[in-house]
Amino acid sequence: MSNTAPLAAQGAGVGRSGRVALWARGFSRGLAPVLTVVAAILALWYLACIPMNAPQSVLTASRADIAVDPESPSDRRGMSGTALALRNPGVALSYAYVQDRPKLPAPHQVSVELWNSTAVLAPTSPRSLIYHAWVTLSATALGFAIGTGLGILLAVGIVHSRVMDMSVMPWAIISQTIPIIAIAPMIIVVLYSVGIQGLIPKAVISAYLSFFPVIVGMVKGLRSPDSMQLDLLRTYGAKKSEMFWKLRLPSSMPYLFASLKIGFAASLVGAIVGELPTGASAGLGARLLAGSYYGQTIQIWSALFAAAILAALSVGLIGALERVLLRRMGMQQ
Amino acid sequence: MSGGMILVVFALILWAAGWALNARLAHGPVSQTRAAQIAVPVIFGLTLIAMWELIVRGLAVPGVILPAPSAIAATFVAQAGTLWEDFVQTFVKGALSGFVIGCLAAFAFAILADRTEFLRRGILPVGNFMAALPIVGTAPILVMWFGFDWHSKAAVVVVMVFFPMLVNTVAGLADTSAMQRDLMRTYGAGYFQTLVKLRLPAAMPFIFNGLKISTTLALIGAIVAEFFGSPIRGVGFRISTSVGQLALDMVWAEIVVAALAGTLFYGAVAALEKRVTFWHPSHRH
Repeated sequence: MSNTAPLAAQGAGVGRSGRVALWARGFSRGLAPVLTVVAAILALWYLACIPMNAPQSVLTASRADIAVDPESPSDRRGMSGTALALRNPGVALSYAYVQDRPKLPAPHQVSVELWNSTAVLAPTSPRSLIYHAWVTLSATALGFAIGTGLGILLAVGIVHSRVMDMSVMPWAIISQTIPIIAIAPMIIVVLYSVGIQGLIPKAVISAYLSFFPVIVGMVKGLRSPDSMQLDLLRTYGAKKSEMFWKLRLPSSMPYLFASLKIGFAASLVGAIVGELPTGASAGLGARLLAGSYYGQTIQIWSALFAAAILAALSVGLIGALERVLLRRMGMQQ
Repeated sequence: MSGGMILVVFALILWAAGWALNARLAHGPVSQTRAAQIAVPVIFGLTLIAMWELIVRGLAVPGVILPAPSAIAATFVAQAGTLWEDFVQTFVKGALSGFVIGCLAAFAFAILADRTEFLRRGILPVGNFMAALPIVGTAPILVMWFGFDWHSKAAVVVVMVFFPMLVNTVAGLADTSAMQRDLMRTYGAGYFQTLVKLRLPAAMPFIFNGLKISTTLALIGAIVAEFFGSPIRGVGFRISTSVGQLALDMVWAEIVVAALAGTLFYGAVAALEKRVTFWHPSHRH
């Protein structure tokens, strides 16, 4: 938001506190609805914990010799969580948020686990989420770099060569309707059998997922200068290479950054999925898999949130880079 | 020169020939015709497959690293029954049912949220954020909740397609100008008439954008969820077990199934889009 108060805006003329009124207006238009939606999601989540965890709650209570409604376990077996929670409201409520392996952990349990496994543990510990996030992030970043480089190169080729445009572009589109994830296990096994393992196979999957958004965005961006601008450069006697460096490439930057954000999110998914079929011991995907083997639901949820935070931070970083670069290029005030 | 090397050289000659043919088609007088626009990518694809076959044979690449296309085709025909069973389990039961439920739920939710400006402002950023997250990660949780059969796969698909679909529908419903809405008001149209006659048709390009994104997500979700546990059929299950047995021809046959299913699914949605949004600039010729 700009620092100067727009004169004709609602709230701009409220007393002498134009800034406060503007802030209030911005809050009610921007932040307040988002916070409301987030609060509603959290409230629903807490509410859902009660019936989801009710069978376990009732079981724990009956073992602790607290009276529960259908007394025999065989009667309880066929009942849904909601029915159990309705018949034992007190028990279901008091045990819903304190279980070790809840079916649905409460938000605060996940946050505590997140805090413990990032801030409390040393980052070198194999249980630290920072360690796992780093393993996944390094594969993601390598794959993202490969995918972006390849995507830009192909886009340059497509823009300059009609043959490539007509023959490669349809296949690039078709390749994305194939669930690439299906190839992930094979890529890992094949690369392993030729002696490549560790970071590279995951990065290959990441690269495959991230190259498509880049190629589509860059082709659009490199073609975005209109014929007037191209004609102007032609009258200056510009060569094809000069046209590329001075006009096409700079004007493709907004498109490139929009694609980079999508591409990074995709390559993170690629790296996480790449860790699943190999039984990798490190990485957020490995953490998800281990959690699902041992029924450690809190661990699964915290790995999931760590992945979400990683994605949000990285996309935010790319966005910040975009603002700085575009401002220096004079494309955005 | 050995027989193997001759095949490799032949592959390179074939590549050059295919490229030259495409160059002639692309720069020649026929380049604007529909036939040329289909022929060029088809020739490119066929050249690649032929090169693959020749190079695998020429360099005697072992089948556990890269099987030849002919071997994959043979497995595809021989195992057609198994492949069909996997297709039904993963695509029809898992992906398609999840796709329908998820898209309908997101659509209904978007219509409801659209009635208040406040909710719309809240849902768009949150939905955009959620759509950028690695939601496949919920697969182990949902497999734990809904069991190993197709229900959990459908649930993963529902969660994956929900947010892209929601964001697109909400954005699409907001894509009418004040002038258009005023016109509807002067006609005396109520909320439902405005919705059905103006805002839903105007939202269709966005809705189809969401549907097209969701087609790929649906297949990915259904296959990845099978890595976390499944009955003894399904594309994802077969891929992970065949990789374990180093039966790569079977893996590739499953990939062909997934590719065909994905392409046809996407193509069907795109064809429907062309019929529904025939008025949109991107479909006018």
